[in-house]
Amino acid sequence: MDAQLKRGLLDVCVLAAIKDEDSYGYKMIKDMKPYVVLSESTLYTILKRLEASEMLTVRAAEHNGRLRKYYRITEAGLKRIEDFKRDWAELMAVYQFVIRGDGDD
Amino acid sequence: MTKQDFLTRLGERLSGLPEQDALERVNFYGEMIDDRMEDGLSEEEAVTEIGNIDEVVSQILADYPLAKLVKENIKPRRKLKTWEIVVLAAGSPIWLSLLIAALAVALSLYIVLWALVLVIWAIDLLLAAGVLCGVAAAVACFSQGLTSEGLASTGLGFFCAGLAIFLFFGCLAATKGSARLTKKIILGIKNLIIKRRERNE
Repeated sequence: MDAQLKRGLLDVCVLAAIKDEDSYGYKMIKDMKPYVVLSESTLYTILKRLEASEMLTVRAAEHNGRLRKYYRITEAGLKRIEDFKRDWAELMAVYQFVIRGDGDD
Repeated sequence: MTKQDFLTRLGERLSGLPEQDALERVNFYGEMIDDRMEDGLSEEEAVTEIGNIDEVVSQILADYPLAKLVKENIKPRRKLKTWEIVVLAAGSPIWLSLLIAALAVALSLYIVLWALVLVIWAIDLLLAAGVLCGVAAAVACFSQGLTSEGLASTGLGFFCAGLAIFLFFGCLAATKGSARLTKKIILGIKNLIIKRRERNE
């Protein structure tokens, strides 16, 4: 897949993983696994990028005697997901046009 | 490998990164291992799932900006002693010019690579222009009643068109290959910077 396209997709996937509730790195990887396999280093880079663009916030909280980082989506992050859904609807319309008639012969 | 071994080795390999960045990454991987163990995996299994340390380092380096890496590593780790500064300064006409020459050679080779890519694109463009000329010449010849010359021009046009299309794919492949090579070179440079740092410590 085109690298730029994949990058954008993965950003939205990570945002979607924290859409409903705060989450932490390992849980995000597990939640995404049935749909997309992400390595730790890729996730780290994406989280950093999303934090820098203020689409999510990070806090460290105690868990079983150690610190764990939790990620929370921001308004900008939620908007990014909505934008993605809208773009995707447009893209699907183009896709339908591209594949039209493919199954007829 | 134990979690501690993995994190220590990762920390060593990342010592060329700014300290804060390296620490943050080591902590991130530590948390990932802890969470896996809490999920029921043994320590050994958890570390294995994270992956081979070389791969982890390569991936981190690939995403890390080269400029930041150079900036972090260009300054000496410790204060230089007076005699070291004297030797460096006295020897600068030799080592500095050698260094600049080496960098210039490397850069020229890289520019030559892209120049070659540019040349084949230019040839392809010329061939495409040849098609237009062939067609124009053929039209002119036929209108003057010069049938054999017109046929020759048409043939030439077709010949150019075929070659242009064929070469176009070659051009695309060469451009993609050069871009891939650029990525590899940058990763190589980053690895070199990190390795040099490891040796110095």
